[in-house]
Amino acid sequence: MFEIIEKNVLAEGIFETKVYAPRIARSAKPGQFIIVRADKHGERVPLTIADYDAEQGSVTMVTQALGVSTRKIVAKEVGEAFADVAGPLGRPSDFVSEPIEELRGKRFVFIGGGVGTAPVYPQVKWLAERGVKVDVIIGAKTKDMLIYTEKMERVAGNLYIATDDGSEGFHGLVTSLLEKLIGEGREYDCCVAIGPMIMMKFVTLTAKKYALPCVVSLNALMVDGTGMCGACRVTIAGKTKFTCVDGPEFNAYDVDFDEAMRRQGMYRTQEQRALAIAREHAEGHKCNIGLDK
Amino acid sequence: MANKIPRVLVREQNPAIRATNFEEVCYGYNLEEASLEASRCLHCKNPRCVAACPVNIRIPEFIERISQGDVAGAAAVIAEDSSLPSICGRVCPQESQCEGACILGIKGEPVAIGKMERFVGDWQLENPLPTPHIASNGHRVAIVGSGPAGLACASDLARMGYEVTVFEALHEVGGVLVYGIPEFRLPKHGIVAKEIDKIRALGVRFETDVIVGRTVTIDSLLGEEGFDAVFIGSGAGLPRFMGIEGENLNGVLSANEFLTRANLMRAYDEQYDTPIYVGRRVVVVGGGNVAMDAVRTAKRLGAEATIVYRRSEKELPARVEEVHHAKEEGIEFRMLTNPTRVLGDEKGWVTGLNCVRMELGEPDESGRRSPQEVSGSDFTIECDVVIMALGTSPNPLIAATTDALETSRRGCIVADDEGRTSRRGVFAGGDTVTGAATVILAMGAGRKAARAIDEYVKSL
Repeated sequence: MFEIIEKNVLAEGIFETKVYAPRIARSAKPGQFIIVRADKHGERVPLTIADYDAEQGSVTMVTQALGVSTRKIVAKEVGEAFADVAGPLGRPSDFVSEPIEELRGKRFVFIGGGVGTAPVYPQVKWLAERGVKVDVIIGAKTKDMLIYTEKMERVAGNLYIATDDGSEGFHGLVTSLLEKLIGEGREYDCCVAIGPMIMMKFVTLTAKKYALPCVVSLNALMVDGTGMCGACRVTIAGKTKFTCVDGPEFNAYDVDFDEAMRRQGMYRTQEQRALAIAREHAEGHKCNIGLDK
Repeated sequence: MANKIPRVLVREQNPAIRATNFEEVCYGYNLEEASLEASRCLHCKNPRCVAACPVNIRIPEFIERISQGDVAGAAAVIAEDSSLPSICGRVCPQESQCEGACILGIKGEPVAIGKMERFVGDWQLENPLPTPHIASNGHRVAIVGSGPAGLACASDLARMGYEVTVFEALHEVGGVLVYGIPEFRLPKHGIVAKEIDKIRALGVRFETDVIVGRTVTIDSLLGEEGFDAVFIGSGAGLPRFMGIEGENLNGVLSANEFLTRANLMRAYDEQYDTPIYVGRRVVVVGGGNVAMDAVRTAKRLGAEATIVYRRSEKELPARVEEVHHAKEEGIEFRMLTNPTRVLGDEKGWVTGLNCVRMELGEPDESGRRSPQEVSGSDFTIECDVVIMALGTSPNPLIAATTDALETSRRGCIVADDEGRTSRRGVFAGGDTVTGAATVILAMGAGRKAARAIDEYVKSL
């Protein structure tokens, strides 16, 4: 069992959970993810790794409660345990295997959108620990939904905030902020964007305008996460790849985002139905005509 | 003298009823039926069935014990060569192995060896032998994967006194026996869990959620973790797709995904959270056991279900019994049919499968007559789900993270007959070496590797 050793509320519906998983903590690298199953009836949910600490044997995840399964995950309290935490899965970020001297000469800009900010953190931290200072843009709908700003502040070279409603930092989307920074004369050699698929698609289009190489981390549907099921297949430069073993990070220019977004919706009807049933149960409603069967 | 009665029929669930549930199809023999069937065996001097069994179970001997009413004795005979009789009795392709070689099959029906093996295996699960007390020899072996190869290897090594730890990537132990083969063909609680409990009782430790190649590596197992040897039985790998247009539409999935959702995640049981999509009409592409499992699962989930296969019925690689059961359950078979394109609507959901008719030409290098397209024979099968059951290609994870582990051109781990790989102390067997094959072959490979590991560790 994987015990929860710390839990924090980061924003409404967004939780940070630190879990005891020593084997994963020892092996995790930036860019990888885990699969979490809350209890014996639970779904295997792929989640990005927000932090890891080999000494403490802990792995941190940030989860937004959206469906039945993510709600189960965030409902677990300190002292309770998840049935399963498996990982680290996927390939580490490419920069992990690049020579440090080369990385020190490279100017990175990381863009995190919503809960996608969490997996940006271990990447920026890993680089900072090796003396590579990078720029980071964090975007959210509004000030209250911003996460990881303080943690990021400690490891980023420059931190920029964008909110859709202008309640904090730049008023507008992360793409507009990126264009503004470039317009002001900032130069980058590599952009890494993690967030909602739609954000990654538009960051890619923006990056293309400036011929700025771009990497995105795809959050495809998965069952096993080890290459066995193929649910996570995406089209990369015209070829089918498995997000779990070939990714999750890909060259953004090669990604068929429209297909990837459509494939994310494969089980939406079932998910919405399950959520509606769970809500009604929570409110004490009992279906008399068997629609919950 | 052998009895000249016809083969004893096995009791089965009514097809119309079983096509709506996940209970086991076949009820199996009871002692009376098994004894009667046992009386049909000719006890050939040169038993062709034994030679045709991948692990050479001494078939006439165990059959003789059954006819004497000595089921425990029969179990002891089988146990010398097979560690999973209740499973192999259910899933082995007997018609191309033991029963295919049976003399009685030349003019009539072969002896029902599989059904008797299953009877003996099930009897043993109900009447377990006392767990032997085994003194540890102080050596530790790590096993990668808890499918048939890993279980067989673990069981033999534990009996020899090794401290064995089995690492499983998924959250449940059993590999393909749990995620792949459906409940209606191989009950999980009744059979698989009991077989695994027997191995656990020998002192074998199971650690789930460990992906070797990611969570740990072969090198870290042999290094920091202090194992004397490693056996890799990691199974088949990544599902294949056809590479035709429309394959990434919503509603196209691999049989592995569909079956994993149903079997491992129990998506058909509403207590479980994992969703499954069956649609109204499902087409399964392929003709192997996995294709049969997928199509029959789809049927049980309420869909109209069809098999599309490019060769003729004679070439179907699935077990004859599964094809027969599928037909009884109302599965439609479209033979000599090959998909060319998956059709979708404007929102990207499957609406149909474009196919061409095929005809059989000259035999190819595999000896099977190769199918060729009949030009101008295009037609469309309307459907909302397409399941690809086309086999797998090896998972590169372990090979890619292990130094100096030789792989074949196809990506399988290279191992000799005893399971020795190019790395000292690293052994492998089962589908990861051979490509997708059978439970019995994997089990046999696991047992051979156990002997080779013992030899290796003793030579250290």
